[in-house]
Amino acid sequence: MAFGAFGSTATSAVPVEPAVRRRSPVALFLLLPGILYLALFFLAPLFSLILTSLQQPSLTGDIGAYETAFRWENYTTVITQYGEHIVRSFSYAAIATIAALLFSYPLAYFIGVKLRPFPLMQALALTLVIAPFFISFLLRTLAWKQILSDDGFFVTSLKAVSLMAPDAHITGEPIAVIFGLTYNFIPFMTLPIYTSLEKLDLRYVEAGNDLYASPARTFFAITLPLSAPGVISGMLLTFIPAAGDYVNASRDFLGSTETPMIGNVIEANFLVLQNYPAAAALSIVLMATILVLVAIYVKRSGTEELI
Amino acid sequence: MAPVTRWFGKYALWIYSTIAFVFLLIPIAYTIAFSFNDSRRSNIAWRGFTLDNWLGICDAQGVCEAFGNSIVVGLSATVLATVLGTMIAIALVRFRFPFRNATSLLLFLPMATPEVVLGAGLAAEFLTAGVQKGALTVILAHTMFCISFVVVTVRARVASLDPALEEAGRDLYASPSQVFVRVTLPLLMPGIIAAALLSFALSFDDFIITNFNSGAYVTFPKFVYTAAARGIPAEANVIASAVFFIAIIFVVVSQLSAAARRKRLALQG
Repeated sequence: MAFGAFGSTATSAVPVEPAVRRRSPVALFLLLPGILYLALFFLAPLFSLILTSLQQPSLTGDIGAYETAFRWENYTTVITQYGEHIVRSFSYAAIATIAALLFSYPLAYFIGVKLRPFPLMQALALTLVIAPFFISFLLRTLAWKQILSDDGFFVTSLKAVSLMAPDAHITGEPIAVIFGLTYNFIPFMTLPIYTSLEKLDLRYVEAGNDLYASPARTFFAITLPLSAPGVISGMLLTFIPAAGDYVNASRDFLGSTETPMIGNVIEANFLVLQNYPAAAALSIVLMATILVLVAIYVKRSGTEELI
Repeated sequence: MAPVTRWFGKYALWIYSTIAFVFLLIPIAYTIAFSFNDSRRSNIAWRGFTLDNWLGICDAQGVCEAFGNSIVVGLSATVLATVLGTMIAIALVRFRFPFRNATSLLLFLPMATPEVVLGAGLAAEFLTAGVQKGALTVILAHTMFCISFVVVTVRARVASLDPALEEAGRDLYASPSQVFVRVTLPLLMPGIIAAALLSFALSFDDFIITNFNSGAYVTFPKFVYTAAARGIPAEANVIASAVFFIAIIFVVVSQLSAAARRKRLALQG
């Protein structure tokens, strides 16, 4: 249910007697086009990434010309050359995920539990949470860049009251990139947690209170475990795209030459330097690391079904 | 407890949430405000209110073309992904077939793969196959990542569908295709529409995968990214703001009508 919790926000499932699943050639007709499409444009590309990641420069020496080979050194080369970027990506993504969780949980609790008696306000609050989706992701990030810029109101006021050193910056620093990642993925964290909390049976919480548990104990023993599916899918939906993002860390947005993440390196190698094998090898490293982390996380948190 | 602390304890969550909502809306308000900026060259500092940007949306070079391209890509990818995804969703809920877990995994993986990997993978494939990047490659890419989201959305609807309604159709001697067109499809429509809207929104705002597979073809997000280096024209803010208003009006109207319907049902029941 990790991702199901996110997807099912739109429709409320009324429990009905499920139809008996039967075998029929119709199933093949329904499945085949979509499955072939994904095989061709999802699986085949991953396979091509693996092949590309092992290529060696063509003997003609042209830039961007490569030939098929099995150069496993490509991997050791990119890992040593870009180790710093890999570590940076996963640390930024991890911090942003925790920050988004701390920001979103109270908000999701407010919408899902406190606003329950007011359906219209609840709907309005949900609209506000997803409102950022309706305006270009890039323009929102640029807006933050300008709001947090050195001559912006925020930084000048902080400097005026000496909360910030006169020569300090926000934009271009790691904090700005992490801030941008956090902001951009907050809706992905809030919605699944809301979906879990919306179904929370408040009688359990009352039972906790009746048994003289402190509010903190009730929260950690009852509310939090019952909302775990939402927290898990929210964390995955934030961490995965944040680790691969390269817009926030880009020099033209919230980052600088000090903050490039793995996504920036892949983009530069693929689209600018035409070093396809390096870009492909890094993509495989990113994908493999994420799959391992997700598998461990999902296993440890005991989520059985993913979709 | 002092009265002040008790008051704060009672309203803390309300206060926090209000601040949180304001925080979420800050960059949106900023983007909309700067669509009215008399910006001339660079839309960074506020230079006074004007309607010129709104009245001459297409004045900035390339903005309208990029916007049009995004609409074309969004509509094409939405139609393709919605058809393919809906078919899979029905099969998953209604039929038994071999490799069921493998199919679920294949649908889950694109959502768990970072966009940069999806983008670079497709680009590597197009490069190897010698396919020229352009509108077609962007549409193919967008359709791919939308399919899984369509499946997840429509699947919930299929699962909540009462099979008795279809049985009733069959009992009344409707052919299987008549049952599908007259009963199943209309009942699935809200889910299918939700999935289509989600696909369009995902496609319209996608930048990372597009950047790898568009070549010289410019969509709206790509226009913004390229322009970010030298300054975004205020007309881009106008387009983004207009899209925002349309989407918000759409959501509010649909929520209000859903609320009205619930009320009507409650009165009847």
